[in-house]
Amino acid sequence: MEKRQIKVTVNGEPRLVDVEPRLLLVHLLREGLGLTGTHIGCDTTSCGACTVLFDGQPVKSCTMLAVQTDGHEVTTVEGLAKASELDPVQEGFKEEHALQCGFCTSGMMMSAKALLMENPNPTEEDVRWALSGNLCRCTGYQNIVKAVLWAAKKMQSEAAV
Amino acid sequence: MYPSRFRYEAPRSLEEALDLLKTYGDEAKVLAGGQSLIPMLKLRFANPEILIDINNLPGLNYHREEPDGTLAIGALCRHRDLERSQLLKAKYPTMAAAAPLVADPIVRTRGTLVGSLCHADPQGDWASVLLALDGEIVAVGPQGRRTIPAVDFVVGPFQNALNPDELAIEARVPAPKGTVLGHYLKLERRVGDFATAGVAVAVEISGGKVTRAGIALTGVGANNIKVTAAEQVLVGSSLDARSIEEAAQLAADAAEPKSDHRGSAAYKRHIVRTFVVRALSSGQRQAA
Repeated sequence: MEKRQIKVTVNGEPRLVDVEPRLLLVHLLREGLGLTGTHIGCDTTSCGACTVLFDGQPVKSCTMLAVQTDGHEVTTVEGLAKASELDPVQEGFKEEHALQCGFCTSGMMMSAKALLMENPNPTEEDVRWALSGNLCRCTGYQNIVKAVLWAAKKMQSEAAV
Repeated sequence: MYPSRFRYEAPRSLEEALDLLKTYGDEAKVLAGGQSLIPMLKLRFANPEILIDINNLPGLNYHREEPDGTLAIGALCRHRDLERSQLLKAKYPTMAAAAPLVADPIVRTRGTLVGSLCHADPQGDWASVLLALDGEIVAVGPQGRRTIPAVDFVVGPFQNALNPDELAIEARVPAPKGTVLGHYLKLERRVGDFATAGVAVAVEISGGKVTRAGIALTGVGANNIKVTAAEQVLVGSSLDARSIEEAAQLAADAAEPKSDHRGSAAYKRHIVRTFVVRALSSGQRQAA
């Protein structure tokens, strides 16, 4: 089957990859590039476990074709930390114990990251709204919401310095 | 789940896109947001020979007021843009109420209003909104441009009125007149679910009387249902309790719900009735 070469920047690094048009973005990330932090949950655009940032906006990577990312930027959970320093969102999840089984965590973090980039001072309702496309089957939402609010505070205090 | 194999083209001009549609016709599927189409490809409900990705077409990512006041929404305008639109909040309360209820926030990043209309899922929210607002769809093809009223656009479940060589490039909503009252109410079991029942209401009031009324229903029939009888009852009324009750009853009567895992037919009919009363009593009122 015909493959085509695409140029996509993943976590800041330009990548040149050959993809079959029907390849889903999540499969390119996991199997093509070895970035297994992005999870496949429902595969039907329901659960949000595969959420990544596409040009800075959250998308479900099981519902995009890899070929569509040609010339664009994708950020996965692996792209959050800088060297050994965790992103405030990751730190918030650690501090507030915002995971149980951890399967939804990377998708939750990417939605949270997108929210905080757009709205650095969200209310609890804003957070719940932004995360409403991500399902946690452990139903551990309370601490996830706390974690995002924790991250918002951290980012504000960092910005104030 | 991988989709079946298909050829993929991402044209950079409208002419190029139309050429591809002309060549492939029924064998082609147009990809905009893909939030309905890609799941259908994965489930292999759709097996197109070629996917025509229109995301690189220039100048289709907009929603704006035309000089005559008409609201125009381009084929690449995302739900997310509509959800955040100050223009919609200021002048189109029905649309502003519906935008945050379409699917979930992540899906809204990619999905488009025009794509949703073309997909013609009987559970789609925007089709009801466009029916209530007397909207229309602009299509271009080899014969040029034509405008299709929303009421004629959906011809059946997952079937639209486009010819195989035509591309929908814009949705249009007429400028509201007088004071506008609008609302969209949707009962869903969880965020992102399809509606158990949904109601779109758009009313224009001048001199204390209703001059135009639009009511349409989601999720309670084989298609979105425009309730003309209820609209007629409201026109000329002062939107008093009696006319609201009567319109609500007519809407409930027009619904064709089926009992399923979301609720019984009687329950859905009851929701429709309640929502029409609620929308007409508590919708956003704005001076156009």
